[in-house]
Amino acid sequence: MSSSETPSRAHPSYLEDSGRHKGILGWLLSVDHKRIGILYLVSIACFFFIGVTIGILMRLEMLTAGPTIVQPQTYNALFTLHGVIMIFLFIIPGIPAILGNFFLPIQIGARDVAFPRLNLLSWYCYIAGAVIAVASLFTGGGPPDTGWTFYVPFSIRTGTNVTLAVFGAFILGFSSILTGLNFITTIHRLRAPGMDWFKMPLFTWSLYATAWVQILATPVLAITLVLVMLERLFGLGLFDPAKGGDPILYQHLFWIYSHPAVYIMILPAMGVISEIFPAFARQKIYGYKAIAFSSLAIAFVGYLVWGHHMFTSGMSDTSRLVFSLLTFFVAIPSGVKVFNWVSTLYKGAIVVPPPMLYALSFIFLFAIGGLTGIIQSALATNIHVHDTYWIVGHFHYVMFGGAAWGFFAGLLYWFPKMTGRMYNFRPVFVAWVLMFVGFNMLYFTMLVLGWMGMPRRYYDFLPPFHTGHVIATVGSWFLVSGLVILAATLIRGLRRGAPAPADPWGGTTLEWRIASPPPTENFHEIPTVTHGPYDRPEISV
Amino acid sequence: MSTAALNEAHHHDATGAKIGMWLFLFTEFLLFGGLFLVYAEYRTIYATDFHYAAMSLNLLIGAFNTLILLTSSLTMALSIAALERGLRRLSCVLLVVTIGFGLFFLVNKYFEWSEKFHHGLYPGSEVLAGRTPGEGVFYGLYFAMTGLHALHVVIGLVVLGAMLGIVARKPRLKARVEGLAPARLVLQDASGQTIWSREVAEPPEAVELALVYPEHDEVREPQVTKLENSGLYWHLVDVIWIFLFPLFYLIS
Repeated sequence: MSSSETPSRAHPSYLEDSGRHKGILGWLLSVDHKRIGILYLVSIACFFFIGVTIGILMRLEMLTAGPTIVQPQTYNALFTLHGVIMIFLFIIPGIPAILGNFFLPIQIGARDVAFPRLNLLSWYCYIAGAVIAVASLFTGGGPPDTGWTFYVPFSIRTGTNVTLAVFGAFILGFSSILTGLNFITTIHRLRAPGMDWFKMPLFTWSLYATAWVQILATPVLAITLVLVMLERLFGLGLFDPAKGGDPILYQHLFWIYSHPAVYIMILPAMGVISEIFPAFARQKIYGYKAIAFSSLAIAFVGYLVWGHHMFTSGMSDTSRLVFSLLTFFVAIPSGVKVFNWVSTLYKGAIVVPPPMLYALSFIFLFAIGGLTGIIQSALATNIHVHDTYWIVGHFHYVMFGGAAWGFFAGLLYWFPKMTGRMYNFRPVFVAWVLMFVGFNMLYFTMLVLGWMGMPRRYYDFLPPFHTGHVIATVGSWFLVSGLVILAATLIRGLRRGAPAPADPWGGTTLEWRIASPPPTENFHEIPTVTHGPYDRPEISV
Repeated sequence: MSTAALNEAHHHDATGAKIGMWLFLFTEFLLFGGLFLVYAEYRTIYATDFHYAAMSLNLLIGAFNTLILLTSSLTMALSIAALERGLRRLSCVLLVVTIGFGLFFLVNKYFEWSEKFHHGLYPGSEVLAGRTPGEGVFYGLYFAMTGLHALHVVIGLVVLGAMLGIVARKPRLKARVEGLAPARLVLQDASGQTIWSREVAEPPEAVELALVYPEHDEVREPQVTKLENSGLYWHLVDVIWIFLFPLFYLIS
């Protein structure tokens, strides 16, 4: 293995080297994990902004009591679509499919994922599922109005186009399963020499835990959705109480997937944070193994808590107690992570460029999301807040404040590596202020409204809730302007940003050892790993 | 050292392919797992109704189909064993036999289902509307589960058909020698894709190997792995049926 350092022109970046096909086909038919990551980035970003638009329309509708801009049936369609798009098209694939695809192979010192062609197929499944879901809006009986949970018996009775929307979600499930399968195999088979399990970066660890959840939970949703389709098409009667079926069984099956899915969303974000903290605190991460194992623990316990979505649906007291207790347990590994991140900062030389700023605010927002979660896992409180804005506020703190902020932090952290260009910091700080203020105005108010008794998914509200709804709607305007500035800054950076050096942040993992943007097969020569992912030999001397 | 140094980039990873396949099979088991869960609940609630409903299933056809699927799994396993030993022709014949059994299974299924329809035993029928809700749920489950299983048989047959094309074709390989010392022997398939490469100490040795290697085990390995993975899928179809058969036909 004697090869000298070759000039960079011999190894063009993945952006220049389009492979066997030219132009747009060089992207659409590429099996390079980095190009596929970018395909996901572009498509997911589009759907994210559609979801945001629907969200802001909903808030606008709730600005005043009674009809404001849309009719009640349209409002039902809006909250359904907002949920379906944000969950199935943005948050679930978000971090794993974009950042995971791009960085998982690089972080473990591999040239690609284990099954590159399957990886491209996953993207096509994603697009097919998304197109079908969007098609359900304009065909059949109009957009679905069931909420993203598709609860029976309403979802089998409604005349709206639930069948097609559900089929779209089913196809999206394939995409998720294939990505998970690919990542697990990649991590088992393609780690570079010396990269043992405990030298893997924590982002990779979190993707590993996530991938198992994707594989083991998604099929249960798939079969549940198939049953809803069969129910609508042939009237099987399995969930229809009129025919002897049991609607509660649907809820069990649905949440057996959809609760673990929450961890598909949040675990990768936690992985991103575990990368960013050591990089900007200039410290080795505190409690590496604790963070790695807590990811697996969250993935495991996450399977056993689905019943907490159904405390008011009809379950025995014993099951409710058990589900409640198990739900409290989720707080333990989550707490382990938060304390380890904060301890990483201790005596660190902390710098706060944009990625770190978003990572720090992730902790704040996720902590509120997590703590409100503990409140509602207590049985008595749960009955009080069930199906209110409290729940909406809670899961937005976890999903948006947690998963999506983690995604923004990761995007800002890895943007220079992915594009080879820097972005302008100042507008990102402005965007952060707008987003942070707007976010808390919007969702903290929702917590308060919910506690006061405002039910979720209602088109109208009583006078006491008016002030709260106004504050929340104004907050949504701040939040969206921040998002727009953030997106515009990154797009501007992409076109006019200064060239990024290989390691702009002082990161320690393998992706910072190669050029920005990375060459086609990442490593000219597969590296041999000799020290931990967050070791800083230059300062430990 | 030099002959042992493999080119990692294009080297075929049979273990990786198998890990991927097994993970996929997990997801299939969980897919059916959801249905078995539904079955378990309704079996508990409607024990008596299920008992009576099951008596009108045709035990003879069910048992016969079980026999067919089990035998097809045997011929599948033999086909893999044949290819591992380099008996390409025998492997193909056994694969064709397996596909034949699969089609036979579907034909029986067709007659079985048509009989049910003929007697009005299908979801939403007037006959079932006049019976207990439990019997309706039983037939709902029966069609959902055996239907999904039949769909898997069809997918399995398509996979096996594709495999027949892959196994039947002797790999047409182009051997190329790159470099001098260390030389690299590269084998490419018809489409020009590198399927195997290895570093060798001397160019003459590489040329010698180029003559021998197209029939070597390591070159045949990708085909065997593919056939094994397809076989695993076929066994999955079989295993699911092993559970469906007693649950619907035998417990009555």
